[in-house]
Amino acid sequence: MKREMLTGNAAAAWGVRLAEVDYVPAFPITPQTEIIETLSGWISDGVMDTRFVTMDSEHSMITAAGAASATGVRVFTATSSQGLLYGFEMIYTVAGWRVPLVLINVSRGLSSPITLGPDHNDVLATRDTGFLQIHCENCQEVLDSVLMAYRMAEDERVLLPVIVNMDGFYLSFTREPVEIPDVEEVRRFLPAYNPSHAYFKAGHPMAQGVAVLGGEYYSYFKYQMHLASKNALDVYKKTCREFEKEFGRKYDTIEEYRLDDAEYVLIMIDSFSTMGKAAVDRAREQGIKAGLLRPRLLRPFPEEDIRKALNGKRSVAVIDQNISMGKGGILYSELAGCLYNEKNRPFLLSFIGGLGGKNISPEEFTFIFDQLVRGEEAEVETPHLLYTEQEWEGMQKLKDIAGKG
Amino acid sequence: MSTEPIRSVKDLPQEENLFPGTAACAGCGGLLTLRHCLKMLGENVVIVNAAGCFTLLSIYPFTPFRSSWLYTAMACAPAGAQGVRDALDILLEKGKIDPEDNLKVVVLTGDGAAYDMGLSSTSGAIYRNLDFYYICYDNEAYGNTGFQESASTPFASRTKTSPAGKGSVKKDLFGIWNSHKPPYLATISPAYPVDLANKFKKAEQYKGPKLFISLIPCPPGWSTDPSHTFKLAKLAVETGFWALKESVFGEVEHTYVPERFKPVEEYLKEQGRFSHLFSPVRKEEQLGRVQEMVNEYWERFGILL
Repeated sequence: MKREMLTGNAAAAWGVRLAEVDYVPAFPITPQTEIIETLSGWISDGVMDTRFVTMDSEHSMITAAGAASATGVRVFTATSSQGLLYGFEMIYTVAGWRVPLVLINVSRGLSSPITLGPDHNDVLATRDTGFLQIHCENCQEVLDSVLMAYRMAEDERVLLPVIVNMDGFYLSFTREPVEIPDVEEVRRFLPAYNPSHAYFKAGHPMAQGVAVLGGEYYSYFKYQMHLASKNALDVYKKTCREFEKEFGRKYDTIEEYRLDDAEYVLIMIDSFSTMGKAAVDRAREQGIKAGLLRPRLLRPFPEEDIRKALNGKRSVAVIDQNISMGKGGILYSELAGCLYNEKNRPFLLSFIGGLGGKNISPEEFTFIFDQLVRGEEAEVETPHLLYTEQEWEGMQKLKDIAGKG
Repeated sequence: MSTEPIRSVKDLPQEENLFPGTAACAGCGGLLTLRHCLKMLGENVVIVNAAGCFTLLSIYPFTPFRSSWLYTAMACAPAGAQGVRDALDILLEKGKIDPEDNLKVVVLTGDGAAYDMGLSSTSGAIYRNLDFYYICYDNEAYGNTGFQESASTPFASRTKTSPAGKGSVKKDLFGIWNSHKPPYLATISPAYPVDLANKFKKAEQYKGPKLFISLIPCPPGWSTDPSHTFKLAKLAVETGFWALKESVFGEVEHTYVPERFKPVEEYLKEQGRFSHLFSPVRKEEQLGRVQEMVNEYWERFGILL
């Protein structure tokens, strides 16, 4: 084990190196390029025994990744934003192939307008595809999640691909101290990939991804994916326990921050939840019983754990870094669905913040807690877009310059 | 396989690697082509399929192939071939599979994917010098969806989306491939199985991308009788409409040149998709233009006139 200052991207690359993947089909896109640059550097230096190929697009990249995985090797790939969407057709397809590859998505807002800052509309678009989703708050978690993702994906009860998600810029380029385990330690946790499922070889004809004619057959296969995804919940929990045993770091389907005695709860995912935790600390200093819940796993959705964690809470604010046009926050809808049948369900508020990397200021967190304390007397409509007056004025200035004032 | 060229149909391999009883239409020229191709490729093959008519050859849980099959999607079969080939190479290098477990990787695609949506991933695979075979069954339209115009549809052909006849000319996929200078590419025809077989024998010696485009009669799309498929495929060649050729690292040579070219009209008049050129009135200008284009092609090689 050694300790180094690593960016989120470099931590991701270390996870892939330690997982001893066989194959990396790649295509560059900001802000994930550092991951594939780091890997290609190691591969060309002979540090990694891995085949690296630059593909002609993300659509091709995800196809090659899925096809190689179906042939029986351990595969990694990475993308972001528009790249994920360009390959989106194949996201569904390779999930249907039931191949256990791992893809890192470095979240970034979607066109249009085109931008570089992060939000989660890219990764959440894959919510219903069959890909499992792990969301990371910090650089250490990125490295660890890659290893855990392979353990979960390759389990016979799962055999589904996994997306490990991190925020672009906020995490991809943030340098933090990261513990890098030794390869022997990792091998104990994640043995070499020897698939027992069928793969392509002479004398063993196999048809993969074949057509079905008829909804009854189609439904069968889709439902199998749903069941496998649900199996992943237990597999993931077991993976967490074994990870802790091997490496000492504790993960779960959700992270609870000062939640035990909390009455007012923020729900956030990925790196912006660090800001949320700071806001919880400030609120606590003012005597507000604040806490934060961070789902780490979004697919499968850890509904039981979330219900348990929110049992008896007064009010909850879901801060979505995404927007479903004409509806609002995607996580808010997930939470509302999760809590609907609860007898003592908390009052639920929806805030949209951090779109395209927009900062969420301490004042805005104060505003959110203020609304949570008011509970059913809250003055905001749902969803409420977080946007300060200063930001509004700045926008008006630009509109004046553009002649659209 | 011996390197001796095949001289007659009697010398073609007897093994069948494509079995009957598929969902393909009666008289499908593509299926006939595929049967010959698979005789030459043998059984140690993985076919990577792009969306098209032949996607319906393997319908769960049935498959007509002695070999393996991976359906990808319309745009990306060459990328799927890349993943399979690379993975097989990795497994071979790491000793996880024996050399005799190795497979030939074959892309199987219609003209819609090959000429249009899949062109980018195809170009990428050729550029990366991927070791694979690429078989395009070209019925000159989007056939699986009911015969709409594709970039491969020839001038004047009627389709469901060009009811008056296509105004532009067929895209030159052979030329596009050839500009990448891959080791081997060829046009083939199900009516010339000996020519087809020898091209596969020749291609086998090269590592890298190997293309085969087969012009295939499509009875429902072309509005022709299923029993006329062989005759039509032959007429396409005998009239000079479909040139049988090959290219080795960019150098093009014709493998069969008819001694006397038949008038292209003999080929066109057999098909419903060109019937508007003959009735209710003969469209001399368009008929003349089709013949001119055929002549121009062969003149470029100093073969005709």
